[in-house]
Amino acid sequence: MTTLNTAPNLERADDFYAALLSAHDGLEEAEMHALNARLILVLANHIGDQTVLEAAIEAAKIPPPEAQT
Amino acid sequence: MVAVRYKTAFKLYPYEKVADQDVPAPKRHPVVIVGGGPIGMGLALDLGKSGVPCLVLDDHDGVGTGSRAICFAKRTLEICDRLGCGDPMVDKGVVWNVGRVYRDEREVYNFNLLPEEGHKRPAFINLQQPYFEQFLVEEIRRQQAAGAPIEIRGKNCVTAMDQKADHVVLDIDTPDGPYRLEADYLVACDGANSPTRAMMGLDFDGRVFEDNFLIADIKMTADFPTERRFWFDPPFNRGETALLHKQPDDVWRLDFQLGWDIDREAELKPERISDRVAAMIGADIDFELVWTSIYTFRCCTMDDYRHGRVFFAGDAAHQVSPFGARGANGGMQDVDNLGWKLAAVINDGADDALLDSYHDERKLGAMENIKNSSRTADFLTPRNPAHRLFRDAVLDLVEHHAFARPLVNSGRLSQPCTYDASALNSPDALPDGPKQTRPGSPCPDAPLADGHLLDKLGGRFTVLAIGADDPGNFTIANTEIDVLTLSASDDTTGAVATRYLGQNPSAIYLIRPDQHIAARWAKCDADAINQAVARALAGKTK
Ligand SMILES: Cc1cc2nc3c(=O)[nH]c(=O)nc-3n(C[C@H](O)[C@H](O)[C@H](O)COP(=O)(O)OP(=O)(O)OC[C@H]3O[C@@H](n4cnc5c(N)ncnc54)[C@H](O)[C@@H]3O)c2cc1C
Repeated sequence: MTTLNTAPNLERADDFYAALLSAHDGLEEAEMHALNARLILVLANHIGDQTVLEAAIEAAKIPPPEAQT
Repeated sequence: MVAVRYKTAFKLYPYEKVADQDVPAPKRHPVVIVGGGPIGMGLALDLGKSGVPCLVLDDHDGVGTGSRAICFAKRTLEICDRLGCGDPMVDKGVVWNVGRVYRDEREVYNFNLLPEEGHKRPAFINLQQPYFEQFLVEEIRRQQAAGAPIEIRGKNCVTAMDQKADHVVLDIDTPDGPYRLEADYLVACDGANSPTRAMMGLDFDGRVFEDNFLIADIKMTADFPTERRFWFDPPFNRGETALLHKQPDDVWRLDFQLGWDIDREAELKPERISDRVAAMIGADIDFELVWTSIYTFRCCTMDDYRHGRVFFAGDAAHQVSPFGARGANGGMQDVDNLGWKLAAVINDGADDALLDSYHDERKLGAMENIKNSSRTADFLTPRNPAHRLFRDAVLDLVEHHAFARPLVNSGRLSQPCTYDASALNSPDALPDGPKQTRPGSPCPDAPLADGHLLDKLGGRFTVLAIGADDPGNFTIANTEIDVLTLSASDDTTGAVATRYLGQNPSAIYLIRPDQHIAARWAKCDADAINQAVARALAGKTK
């Protein structure tokens, strides 16, 4: 795969989301940030493909509200 | 009067009055090199060995004290082999391969540079910069004795310069007062604060990093292993980093990150430094402070490394942070690149455009070095909370998951540059050949039945024929071409085949005097070789 898939792709979207939230249970804010940073790195390594990763970074940059119509 | 700006470790070229100082009209020299640091001396040696008369002017009379550079890379040693002084460096230097990375008191991972087999030189040696410079000057002395046209003038400080249409005029101050001389070509190797650059009003732009590092070179006889040890957030330097590295003569390099807001004077007090050292190595170990210094760093480059008849090389052209040991190592690649080109233009009448390619190729190398050393600095000195967040995330993960190791950046060690898009390259006519020997690459070494490949290359253009018919003799545009033929019986380990043939039964390489590959083919074609040499000597005309 060399293109970023932005179509729905999660096998069990609600289960993933619940797992993501519960991983943060009981954490201080700084720990939450740290967890998310580690998670990004783990996922990035799994993806591996630099083109996809750069597209993902772009996709994550939602335009600021005034730029949205 | 020539001001003394630093103490010298060895006096190597004491001031002597010369005839040029008393002549009515300024004497013209083919090449004048301003600055006798490692880069100026390296270039003088390269030019002198090619028979190009050159004059080095340095405002001191020897090598500055202080270790400064300590890590010299394989490519630098290969260049020094070509220049004739690789052996004393490697004999004196400390070879190291293992690096350990600690966080707090725990080792989080280690690496082995595991040099690929079949190279004459190790990946790195540690050697104090004054020795490196001394060995260059000693080789210059040997070459001078053998007739090489090199002259070194100590305590000759360049104070003004003026570029004319076909030469450069220099004003020089000496203990006997000022004099003037002229140069067909001037190479400024006068360091990061290059007075030549300033006299020409040229910019030196880039990034300043807001951090201070304390270097303490200490002498001790502890039998710590010959390894590079790097700490993040150690108990003896909380929140910062530290480095321990061995040098010859029982000297160790200790490097402490201090942060931005420091009291410089207080930090430089010997008692304060000794306390830091004791906290790092253990209170029971005796040591002596050899050299201490606090440095801040920047990554800067000039826009152009050539201005008419003036060239900039080494720190004068570009400066990097010390992480990755890319300063002197990068500068020696400038030497390697400029030396043969100046010789080709001055001695063999090659087109002046060849000299433009010095800028093109070495700017590429410098930008690579700046990119790498800036990234290390960003890892060591996070500039905002997000930088710190990800840096710490990497360090958290590396103890548990191998995948995070490549993300830890305590220095990306100097590698030679491959001049991929250079106008001197011919199109790759062996496209399925090994990637590491594509046109633009520095030749990888390989063992042969009677020595090493790189020892047989360099100084002149070489046609390397592997498993092919002897291509015969060439002389192209005043340039004599060496021919080296290798057969399977020369390739005792198979390294030549792996590095130069891949799946091909034969290959022909055209190798430049700096051991970079200009062209390659599957079979010998004299016309193609002639064209490739012409192209490699033509410079910009692509
Ligand atoms: C702490 C530290 C650690 C480092 N570690 C490494 C390392 O491990 N590996 C590495 O590769 N690099 C390292 N470097 C970088 C390395 O020291 C430099 O890249 C290298 O010294 C540059 O050499 P140079 O010849 O270009 O300039 P310099 O060494 O600065 O030499 C310039 C010369 O020009 C002379 N000069 C200046 N002005 C004039 C004038 N007006 N007239 C005549 N002469 C003049 C000076 O006296 C000097 O001799 C380190 C640097 C520092 C500070």
